[in-house]
Amino acid sequence: MKTKRKSISYAKWGYIFILPFFVSFFIFSFIPLADTIRYSFFEYYRSGIKEIGPNFVGMENYKSLLQSDMLRYAGNTLILWLIGFIPQIGIALLLAAWFADSRLKIHGEQFFKVVIYLPNLIMASAFAMLFFTLFSTNGPINGILMSMGLLKQPIDFMGSVFGTRSLVGLMNFLMWFGNTTIMLMAAIMGISVDIFEAAELDGCNSLQKFYFITLPMIRPILAYTLINSIIGGLQMFDVPQILTNGQGSPDRTSMTLIMFLNSHLKSRNYGMAGALSVYLFIVSGILCFFVYRMTNNNDPYGSKAAAKKAKK
Amino acid sequence: MKSKKANNMRSVIAHVVLVILSFMCLFFFYILVVNATRSHADLQKGFSALPGGSLFENLKNVANDGTFPMFRGILNSLIVSGCSAAICTYFSALTAYGLYAYDFKLKKVAFTFIMAILVMPTQVTAMGFLRLITKMGMYDSLLPLIIPSIASPSVFYFMFSYLQSSLPMSLVEASRIDGCGEFRTFNKIVLPIMKPAIAVQAIFSFVGSWNNYFVPALIIQSKDKMTVPILIATLRGADYMNFDMGKIYMMITIAIVPIILVYLFLSKYIIAGITLGGVKE
Repeated sequence: MKTKRKSISYAKWGYIFILPFFVSFFIFSFIPLADTIRYSFFEYYRSGIKEIGPNFVGMENYKSLLQSDMLRYAGNTLILWLIGFIPQIGIALLLAAWFADSRLKIHGEQFFKVVIYLPNLIMASAFAMLFFTLFSTNGPINGILMSMGLLKQPIDFMGSVFGTRSLVGLMNFLMWFGNTTIMLMAAIMGISVDIFEAAELDGCNSLQKFYFITLPMIRPILAYTLINSIIGGLQMFDVPQILTNGQGSPDRTSMTLIMFLNSHLKSRNYGMAGALSVYLFIVSGILCFFVYRMTNNNDPYGSKAAAKKAKK
Repeated sequence: MKSKKANNMRSVIAHVVLVILSFMCLFFFYILVVNATRSHADLQKGFSALPGGSLFENLKNVANDGTFPMFRGILNSLIVSGCSAAICTYFSALTAYGLYAYDFKLKKVAFTFIMAILVMPTQVTAMGFLRLITKMGMYDSLLPLIIPSIASPSVFYFMFSYLQSSLPMSLVEASRIDGCGEFRTFNKIVLPIMKPAIAVQAIFSFVGSWNNYFVPALIIQSKDKMTVPILIATLRGADYMNFDMGKIYMMITIAIVPIILVYLFLSKYIIAGITLGGVKE
């Protein structure tokens, strides 16, 4: 009887401690989400200073989005993400395997880690602005290439589809490959040395070890990195927005979904912005589900073990 | 013998690749800093690998520019990022402790719920958020950039994992027996134990908020409240070809370099913290 009363009195504190989180979430995320979903069914926009609506139109916004360029922008987002992600995961795997291989005796390992992680912390918008000035037709990159005699005419990087997309991809690659390398390295270091030694005794070379041991063993964290990167890619905004000044130029080939959302929000087209948000919400909800499954199954990226290590 | 030779070969290749990648990472920032020290006239002449002598002149030009109040922007960014980092880590630790140390009916539900929204992008609620903020009269103020960071699922998850590995419940019970109230126990006993986790997450949430562009760009309108990323975006939107290029490079330098300096001092903890955090922001 006594213990029961005690547990009840402590339970109260549990609720009090988690209250701020849930109140803040309810006000700043849940209400906005409900509002967003509600207005996605309304015709509600501003033309000039006149506000039109809100008039209920059912699924009209969703339909007209499908007929608009939304799918094309989704394709752009996918392409821009892939251009950055493929080299990112490739290089990260290679570097992680090298860092984890004690036989290679990498000198200055800490220095390299610090340097490759550096771009991840840079303000994406300032980084994009920097690339815009460096790669402009009279910018330093063209200047260097011309003075080296590699070019006769300056390249108009931002004028071509290929150039713009490559620049966005390059920036995303530079910003994320260090992070991925360090995550994958932690995973590889977590593999028991015994397995590698056994494989060596059986005559495996380093390439075979990589394919038959390292890759299968770090598959959970690879999948986690992939899903997280897709979620990040879906949110891609800062870099292409600043690089192309929100235009997605040339000819909106580097316009991403969030840039599209941003332009609707800026022009106060709440109905369309709402419907687009709901589409994004559904896609990211599915992705969230995968992350949820992974983080709850077996702690794939070893955060608990790592936290223990940090304590020492 | 043969494998030793092969290993040497691989080692050389690894070092070459690492040097090239490091060069790629540093090269752009090197040009940036060099160009920030050169005057507009120098920059027109072409690229030079050596710094010029106009560092302070460019700095002065940026400081005196009323259209792009860079230093005001840095102050705003510092306020927003500092406050967000502080309340985000404190309340995440509080929530994590609440779910870790107490048993109550909705505990499982609450935990599952936070895990489900762990990586939900903020952009999907942006439209409702904008309307809500306008209705609450907080449009064009710094508060809506700070307060919502009370609910940061990824920071919570990190804190929770850390508590699981480093807070024995016997410690909490001991402090209860000594007559310590629950809030006092949290502030005086649990928080000091969580210091390493709080430090790492404070750095990451500070940087995340410092670099955040999407939400501030929707909410902030007036010049004197703009944070650094919005100023950079305004710079991009302006007819910048007529500007003093030295000044532009200096502005980008001011936006980027403080974070780099802080990073270099704290790199050891930050690198160790990446794998701890796990979840990308």
